[in-house]
Amino acid sequence: MEDIPRLGARVVRTEAGDVAVFRTAGDEIFALRDQCPHKKGPLSQGIIHGKRVTCPLHNWVIELENGQAVAPDEGCTGVYPVKIEAGKVLLGLKQA
Amino acid sequence: MKEKLILIGNGMAGVRTLEELLKIAPDKYDITVFGAEPFGNYNRILLSPVLSGEKTIDDIMLNDLPWYEENNITLHAGKWVTEINRARRTVRTADGIEENYDRLLLATGSNPIILPVPGKDLEGVVSFRDIHDVDAMLAASKSGRHAVVIGGGLLGLEAANGLRQQGMEVTVVHLMDTLMERQLDRPAAGLLKSALEARGLNFLMEARTEAILGEERVKGVRFNDGLEVPADLVVMAVGIRPNTALAEQAGLYCERGVLVNDTMQTYDPRIYAVGECVQHRGATYGLVAPLFEMAKVCANHLAHLGYARYEGSVISTKLKVTGIDLFSAGDFHGDETTEDIVIKDAAQGIYKKLVLKDNRIQGAVLYGDTIDGSWYFQLMREGTNVSDFRDQLLFGQGHLGDSGHSGQNAASAMSDDMEVCGCNGVCKGDVVNAITQKGLFTLEDVRAHTKASSSCGSCTGLVEQILMSTLGNDYSETPARKPLCKCTDYTHEEVRHTIREHHLTSIPDVMAYMEWRNSDGCHVCRPALNYYLISTWPGEARDDYQSRFINERVHANIQKDGTYSVVPRMWGGLTNPAELRAIADVAEKYAIPTVKVTGGQRIDLLGVKKEDLPAVWSDLNKAGMVSGHAYGKSLRTVKTCVGSEWCRFGTQASMGMGVQLEKMAWGSWTPHKFKMAVSGCPRNCAEATIKDFGVVAVDSGWELHVGGNGGVKVRATDLLCKVKTEEEVKEYCGAFLQLYREEGHYLERTAPWIERVGLSYVKEKVVEDEESRKALYARFLESQKFAQQDPWAERAAEQVDRHEFEPLKEVV
Ligand SMILES: Cc1cc2nc3c(=O)[nH]c(=O)nc-3n(C[C@H](O)[C@H](O)[C@H](O)COP(=O)(O)OP(=O)(O)OC[C@H]3O[C@@H](n4cnc5c(N)ncnc54)[C@H](O)[C@@H]3O)c2cc1C
Ligand code: HEM
Ligand code: SF4
Ligand code: FES
Repeated sequence: MEDIPRLGARVVRTEAGDVAVFRTAGDEIFALRDQCPHKKGPLSQGIIHGKRVTCPLHNWVIELENGQAVAPDEGCTGVYPVKIEAGKVLLGLKQA
Repeated sequence: MKEKLILIGNGMAGVRTLEELLKIAPDKYDITVFGAEPFGNYNRILLSPVLSGEKTIDDIMLNDLPWYEENNITLHAGKWVTEINRARRTVRTADGIEENYDRLLLATGSNPIILPVPGKDLEGVVSFRDIHDVDAMLAASKSGRHAVVIGGGLLGLEAANGLRQQGMEVTVVHLMDTLMERQLDRPAAGLLKSALEARGLNFLMEARTEAILGEERVKGVRFNDGLEVPADLVVMAVGIRPNTALAEQAGLYCERGVLVNDTMQTYDPRIYAVGECVQHRGATYGLVAPLFEMAKVCANHLAHLGYARYEGSVISTKLKVTGIDLFSAGDFHGDETTEDIVIKDAAQGIYKKLVLKDNRIQGAVLYGDTIDGSWYFQLMREGTNVSDFRDQLLFGQGHLGDSGHSGQNAASAMSDDMEVCGCNGVCKGDVVNAITQKGLFTLEDVRAHTKASSSCGSCTGLVEQILMSTLGNDYSETPARKPLCKCTDYTHEEVRHTIREHHLTSIPDVMAYMEWRNSDGCHVCRPALNYYLISTWPGEARDDYQSRFINERVHANIQKDGTYSVVPRMWGGLTNPAELRAIADVAEKYAIPTVKVTGGQRIDLLGVKKEDLPAVWSDLNKAGMVSGHAYGKSLRTVKTCVGSEWCRFGTQASMGMGVQLEKMAWGSWTPHKFKMAVSGCPRNCAEATIKDFGVVAVDSGWELHVGGNGGVKVRATDLLCKVKTEEEVKEYCGAFLQLYREEGHYLERTAPWIERVGLSYVKEKVVEDEESRKALYARFLESQKFAQQDPWAERAAEQVDRHEFEPLKEVV
């Protein structure tokens, strides 16, 4: 967990594509497919605020908890379950 | 137990207040609404297009019945409230429903004025206020032929136009000798009348209605000069009167309307009132823009936040007759203390008049070309001194430079399938549909829903025109005070001032001190705060990289596919074989797909993978090159021409000057990007007069130009002054940069900044007042001490921010 900066994100490369792992100001961790529902912008590069991230390409705002775009924009991206054990981040990559 | 809130009047102002309240305190009240009309809340403004057949009732619903259910609001539609008992805190309807309240909101709107003439109660005599009236008019237009509309104001003309489109013969009767005398002066009213006559409307001016004729149904109208005209339908549109009946019954103090204070409370502090029924500081309002401002303030108090105040509104109007562009605001008649600026071109149907007092706009009437209506209105509300551009004022904002909306400046002349927003491919029809079907009222709403005007902004004027011609006025929230973002009510200036006065040095400090609504802000405020902090406290405030946009975080420009571009600095646009070789080597070594020469005389390497960035930089560093900051809100490039070093026309050494300026200013962060150029003679090959700071050499020294802009809206620079020596060029340049750094709003280029503060102000600080200039220059140099570290070297050699460039893990 300490490898991810607060209000920042890192990428985990997988065979099925990149996963963005976010850390909020309150040290919550979320994982989303690193693709914006708009035009596939890399969400891991966005600005994180509250439990949301703003896509770096055209400023869509995406909810970290459920991958939904905040209204009035519409769309959603895949969410991966996350567990934290003793400061280690575990991702459930199969289900999403 | 939740408190009980009752709303009486299920119309535009009342329901808007509920919407604002639900946004900020969704669970505070148990809400009940009484409305005399048997519907949900609809957009009354759009009754005119329903009458003319351009829209249907379904199109104009704002809140349908399910909306009330979803928000747990009990709606009694079709129920008249006849009594308020303030002692027992109850309300009662005509058919005996009784409910009690903790707080009550009155939004009973207004009633049409009915002339007290014989025959006013005949069948076929209607007003123009609600769906019921429109149904009556539509029915009459099917069976009858002649319509008489009494009243040549906004409402009367819209009714007349609608009935004409339904195929009736329409006569408009007006008491005065010009139409819409409250909104238009004589020449504009004349143009309007001719245009409406050309559409087949008839007018009887200076005509006083004496009686409406007929037995049961109306047959005609008689005037005081004895003239009689036939009529199957008579529409009374002579004005409205705030509906205070219920308030008076309840013993609340009323004059023309129900009196309210700045928190929208009546004389009974449990009872609030908003909308057309109120009188605030002596004024009553009949357009939605001010009502929506009231709604916002009222909701703030209902939610017990208690800090918003309504201070009255300045309004502008627009006639919603398709194909007629007309705008009016403020005091457009003027008097002996004011001056008029006028253009009239009757053949083209264009008339524009501005009334100025002490070089500030007091009022405006525009006919035929209204693209600049919003701009004038803004200048008027903000009380901007226009003396710096007064000679260009009537030609419009576009003529302060050239504008980028491909010659389109009359939205009404556009067909639905014509493109309004070239960035996002949005057509006029898309915008109109979104406004009517999604119930949008503001430019911000339209931007969010359609994306029109949300990218480069050059079509903003057009979108505003479409909004205005669809909604009939210019709705802009809380004029003259624009909060920095949704997380706060404070403006850019206030935030900056507080940072300086209270010596705040971190984003959390600012947010806590200024009571930010969201604990870590949003993507709009965080980069702005970060900039204000590091520019106010260089060396002291910590640069918060998580609050920077990705490009500035990784010191490269993100591309559409997630790769990056790299632009090394080439001082003054000069390079040499060693640098070029290094660039070529890097391009090959990292298989960089595109190498391009940029508009700013640099070389761009496009398509670099993020994880390769540190290595690419390291190689470039080794050849002596540093970051070109092509990605930042910072000094970009200094373009130069070859000048007297080579050119046979050159008067000064422009390359050398450019290199000096770039060495002085590189690395500085600015509110928005900052570009410079130096030309060696007035032929100006380096295009210095469209840069933020442009230098043009002349035989006797250097001309300094400021505030230019290429891009979306081309704006040529203003001449700041002329100086003699290279040292002076640097001093003025540094002082200008520093003034902009200290006072420009984040993301405001120098061009709009200068238009906002005025060239005279900039001259005063940078040219006339030597002490001020020297102080600015000194502060600039001081802050440069902290800024001039190559971010590429830090990352390539010193491993700063490793986490930005490596994946957390690879799972294969
Ligand atoms: C045809 C037309 C065109 C217009 N065009 C424009 C325009 O282009 N631009 C613009 O800005 N404005 C325009 N307006 C004005 C705008 O519609 C009004 O300013 C706005 O609707 C007023 O809102 P309100 O909530 O105060 O009143 P309303 O919207 O009138 O709502 C009041 C509601 O209260 C109900 N009510 C009253 N008394 C009681 C009671 N005792 N019990 C229960 N219910 C009660 C009424 O039936 C009504 O439904 C237009 C108005 C009309 C009629
Ligand atoms: C500078 C002076 C005052 C200020 C700034 C002030 C401010 C406020 C504010 C912010 C509220 C909350 C409103 C709301 O929740 O909607 C309030 C409520 C109230 N104030 Fe004041 N007030 C002032 C003076 C007074 C005085 C002098 C009186 C009485 C003599 C008074 C009587 C009340 C009452 C009765 C309420 C409650 C109304 C309700 O039930 O909502 N106030 N005031
Ligand atoms: S601007 Fe003048 S000096 Fe510079 S290249 Fe052009 S002609 Fe020569
Ligand atoms: S790709 Fe994310 S906003 Fe466009």
